[in-house]
Amino acid sequence: MRRALLAALLVLLLGGAARAERLIVSVSNHRVTVTPNYSGEELVLFGSVEKDATTPADRTAYDLVVTVMGPRADMVTRRKERTFGIWINTDYRQFLQVPSYLALFANRPFDRITSPEIARRQQIGLNNVLLTQRVSGDFADVVPNDAFRTAFIRLRTQRGLYREDPSAVTFLTPTLFRTGIPLPAEVPIGTYEVEIKLFANGAFIGKTETAFEIVKVGFEQFVATTARQNGLIYGLVTAAMALMTGWMASIVFRKD
Amino acid sequence: MQLYLPIADLPVNVFLVLAMGAAVGFVSGMFGIGGGFLMTPLLIFIGITPAVAVASVASHIAASSFSGALAYWRRRAIDPALASVLLCGGVTGTALGVWTFTQLRALGQLDLMIALSYVVLLTTVGSLMFSEGLRALMRTRRGAMPPRRTHNWIHGLPLKMRFKRSKIYLSVIPVVIVGIVIGFIGAIMGIGGGFILVPIMIYVLRVPTSTVIGTSMVLTLVTMLFATMLHAVTNHLVDAVLALILMVGGVTGAQFGARAGQKIRGEQLRLLLGLLILSVGVRFAIELIIQPADLFTIRELGVTG
Repeated sequence: MRRALLAALLVLLLGGAARAERLIVSVSNHRVTVTPNYSGEELVLFGSVEKDATTPADRTAYDLVVTVMGPRADMVTRRKERTFGIWINTDYRQFLQVPSYLALFANRPFDRITSPEIARRQQIGLNNVLLTQRVSGDFADVVPNDAFRTAFIRLRTQRGLYREDPSAVTFLTPTLFRTGIPLPAEVPIGTYEVEIKLFANGAFIGKTETAFEIVKVGFEQFVATTARQNGLIYGLVTAAMALMTGWMASIVFRKD
Repeated sequence: MQLYLPIADLPVNVFLVLAMGAAVGFVSGMFGIGGGFLMTPLLIFIGITPAVAVASVASHIAASSFSGALAYWRRRAIDPALASVLLCGGVTGTALGVWTFTQLRALGQLDLMIALSYVVLLTTVGSLMFSEGLRALMRTRRGAMPPRRTHNWIHGLPLKMRFKRSKIYLSVIPVVIVGIVIGFIGAIMGIGGGFILVPIMIYVLRVPTSTVIGTSMVLTLVTMLFATMLHAVTNHLVDAVLALILMVGGVTGAQFGARAGQKIRGEQLRLLLGLLILSVGVRFAIELIIQPADLFTIRELGVTG
């Protein structure tokens, strides 16, 4: 009993020591609304590193890595090959529950913040983020230079949905920081998780999380929910709308 | 002006979509076709997923064929008996087509099948129409009489029926079969099928030109309404906002197209339409033959988070 209590105390102490710094963060908007004229937006994340009594006095320079992950989805990457003279999809890989939006921001290049070993463990950089694939019945991530993985990241990056920017985080004072989170026009709807990881002298010393959501509101929301939940009525209304438009046109443009 | 499409989940420029609707509407009014074979590829080109494009175009075609059908009805250019026999086949064909669509999607080769059927169908129909138009044009140049219409084996089939307004006496078997084929093709390719139906009705069924376009529009209207309903109920893919913009542009363009079409001679019209269909088919063929800029493609299987 006493031994267990001691162990618990030890864990508490160590935990406390490891959490010598506290991260306080906030995003400029926790609820991004998609309205008829939505064409992309940029959120601002700001925060500060709070030191306490247990912080080593020599620890002054911090590094930050911000990871923004959109709602997860299953995706398929297909590769075309020339077969019988035409290009058709032959091989494919399934990516399971991968983020539909992924952004990694830091205040300086990832390889200068920490060692490759820690970077891999903490999923720092697009090459280190876990993207689970189904490989012949098995579930695993593959090496970063795998053809399908590279193509997947490249295509998502082209659409502005995956990005890494090692200079997006700026320290306004040695402890106060901010970064922009650009959201392209075709950003997926859902809950976005933001993870802020703190490093000092190459060592990972703590993290905190926050979140924001992107929602459709008003007419968009109404149309989308009706289409999903009342397919029959939605179809009837659309069909009626088609007939109305056609009828109106034949009246407006009637020649006689 | 940007507008966010609720089902397609992306913002589009309203005027661009309106202009696309009007342009396709102009072509469809000019040739008396639905224009789905132009609209669907155009929507895919501006970034709308093929599934949403196919589903939303169906209601757009329904609108333009309804306004067309109303005009032909007033001119008594629709054969109700012929239209109902065609519809029996058309509805069956659409249901069969949607079923096949689902099976192909499960096999993961739907996109290839769509592209291949576009290539085969459009190049065949396009070149046939083009060469026929060219021959007709040359005949009129030489001042020769068009060849006499002869009865073929189709007119020897049983179950004959008298279609009063078209003034033809024809077996219902080939009519139902044509309906099934058009419904089937339309459901898989996301087209109304008017550009195939009209030549078949003229050259194979020998339906007189006075009732052919109006009657084919009735078939297009009903199969496309049916397809809209099926897509809305099963896949929830019909984007009503997108469809409305397309409809407004489409029906307006169609009126001007119809007026322009009346100024052009029939043979020249067929030549132009043949050329247009052929070029869309060739474009699909080129896409299949030349090496794509990117060998990889991503498809989202739906957000679950």
